[in-house]
Amino acid sequence: MGKTLAEKIWQQHVVHSAAGEPDLIYIDLHLIHEVTSAQAFDGLRLAGRKVRRTDLTIATEDHNTPTLNIDKPIADPVSKLQVDTLRNNCAEFGVRLHSLGDIDQGIVHVVGPQLGLTQPGMTIVCGDSHTSTHGAFGALAFGIGTSEVEHVLATQTLPLVRPKTMAINVEGTLKPGVTSKDIILAIIAKIGTGGGQGYVLEYRGSAIRALSMEGRMTVCNMSIEAGARAGLIAPDEKTFAYIKGKTHAPAQWDEAMAYWSTLSSDADAKFDAEIAINADELAPFVTWGTNPGQGAPLNGNVPDPAAISDPEERGAAERALVYMDLTAGMPLKKIAIDTVFLGSCTNGRIEDLRSAATILDGKKIASSLRMLVVPGSARVRLQAEAEGLDKIFVAAGAEWRNAGCSMCLGMNPDQLAVGERSASTSNRNFEGRQGKGGRTHLVSPLVAAATALRGTLSSPADL
Amino acid sequence: MDKFVTHVGTGVPLRRSNVDTDQIIPAVYLKRVTRSGFEDGLFSAWRNDPEFILNKEPFKHGTILVAGVDFGTGSSREHAVWALQNYGFKVVISSRFADIFRGNSAKGGLLTAVMPQSDVEALWDAIDANPELAITVDLDARKVAYNKVSVAFDIDDYTRWRLMEGLDDIGLTLKSIDSIDQFEKSRPLFKPLTQPSTSH
Repeated sequence: MGKTLAEKIWQQHVVHSAAGEPDLIYIDLHLIHEVTSAQAFDGLRLAGRKVRRTDLTIATEDHNTPTLNIDKPIADPVSKLQVDTLRNNCAEFGVRLHSLGDIDQGIVHVVGPQLGLTQPGMTIVCGDSHTSTHGAFGALAFGIGTSEVEHVLATQTLPLVRPKTMAINVEGTLKPGVTSKDIILAIIAKIGTGGGQGYVLEYRGSAIRALSMEGRMTVCNMSIEAGARAGLIAPDEKTFAYIKGKTHAPAQWDEAMAYWSTLSSDADAKFDAEIAINADELAPFVTWGTNPGQGAPLNGNVPDPAAISDPEERGAAERALVYMDLTAGMPLKKIAIDTVFLGSCTNGRIEDLRSAATILDGKKIASSLRMLVVPGSARVRLQAEAEGLDKIFVAAGAEWRNAGCSMCLGMNPDQLAVGERSASTSNRNFEGRQGKGGRTHLVSPLVAAATALRGTLSSPADL
Repeated sequence: MDKFVTHVGTGVPLRRSNVDTDQIIPAVYLKRVTRSGFEDGLFSAWRNDPEFILNKEPFKHGTILVAGVDFGTGSSREHAVWALQNYGFKVVISSRFADIFRGNSAKGGLLTAVMPQSDVEALWDAIDANPELAITVDLDARKVAYNKVSVAFDIDDYTRWRLMEGLDDIGLTLKSIDSIDQFEKSRPLFKPLTQPSTSH
């Protein structure tokens, strides 16, 4: 019987295997950031251990860095200590670091692909659950906890139980105005936040093949929101073209290509589960609740919890509507927004900024709201400026910031106030995620831009 | 890591599904560079509500959290495990945990016991009837016992063995160091490096 792509990559990375134990898996690339690494480096120090492979490790600063005044010392002393700790640890252990102000600084999942370090067939980990982003290149990439960060630093391996595999077949053609973000939000709404638990997802089908590499990254990025630690897409010509010419593209290109071309699920491979999505039927999607599975087409209404048969889900929906201050049956497009956030590892790449700029070009955002535009990396910011996108955003009344995770998780000063409501291109609408008491609606960059113009949740078709 | 064999404590019924790690500990608490002191951030948004279970006697002294389905979804922050442990929890029971949270718990010695939802609800009801109910969690037998009830819970053999022995994962892996050395010799040269190799 044939193998799935995830099974092939897994097998190629087994260092040690024994009955009744997890497999010991070799890690090709370890990405580091300031929030989940300090205690791991401390553990190494206490045990007198080194970083085994500094040449397979790279760090940047993203979660806790300001997006304003980055040439000045970080104002919050606790944040400053955390960033300084990363800098000291990287210097002490010999880890390459791209600090605030460096041209290769940015959100860790934007930086890896941009440098060409993310390549097909690799195992990639990072102390961040959105590491699944790198699966867009046909890599097996997943988030890990701080103990595992320490484990990878010390051994370049991880003991892991082999996951099951799930095929998600997305066939058909997206309508204009429908994006990769809408695909993944619809998938999560269909299978739920626990639906992918224990699986690696493989996104397949004509609608996935039609996506750009950046669109594929958006899909894989939110695999974790469906409960899956990893999601991936078989590499193809688009993947190879994206990597070619990048700083860390293989010098042995032909050898790499020969290997990469073996990286797809065999025709007779058997997945543990399969689901199908019809791309023709998808519409711009938005979340109404407090987990990413609580979403609906933007043309619809806030759902009525009474109509949900599962008692757990019904209770969760009732609580979500109270927290979100929404009434069942109200049209989603009537929801007034206070802040629009364009950015994050989900939608902070150049194509995301371009698509929003197309909508905003020559127009003004509604006076009732503010809009933050936070590029995913310093290079994305420079590219956008070279294309004049920053001028479009600023002329429209939006704020043009420096790169980082920013309001996606509200760790730095970019936060929602209590009761404030956002339309956000990020990945999580959890209670308080973007600031204590803040309310989040997850949307695509196109919906974010249209919403910024109208002041209420809107799609470009409403303009 | 301390060995975990049996724990006897009182339970805290958390009747919510999808408790994500942002609820367990919000990002603003993640700026610290230590592993301790996170108990003040545990469920911080809900702790403002006097009706929240951890603000009530005797639940504030509970050591066994009995949670709804899909506990620990979202962010990979291990701080969520530290916050629960720093507060005093030894065990979390749920009918389903998020993968990363469950893995992190095992690393830190927090036992995550999976039981069918009907057994979770029966335990909730038993705690409601008697908040001081003594609950025994026996990892050796994989059983949760209270009153005259004894319920089996799921945990994989390997994690159970590690917790019962209190073993450090890195120490275990380093026993395979020769296999790691061998594996590295066969890695293709086209795989990327972040900087010139020095150690190998």
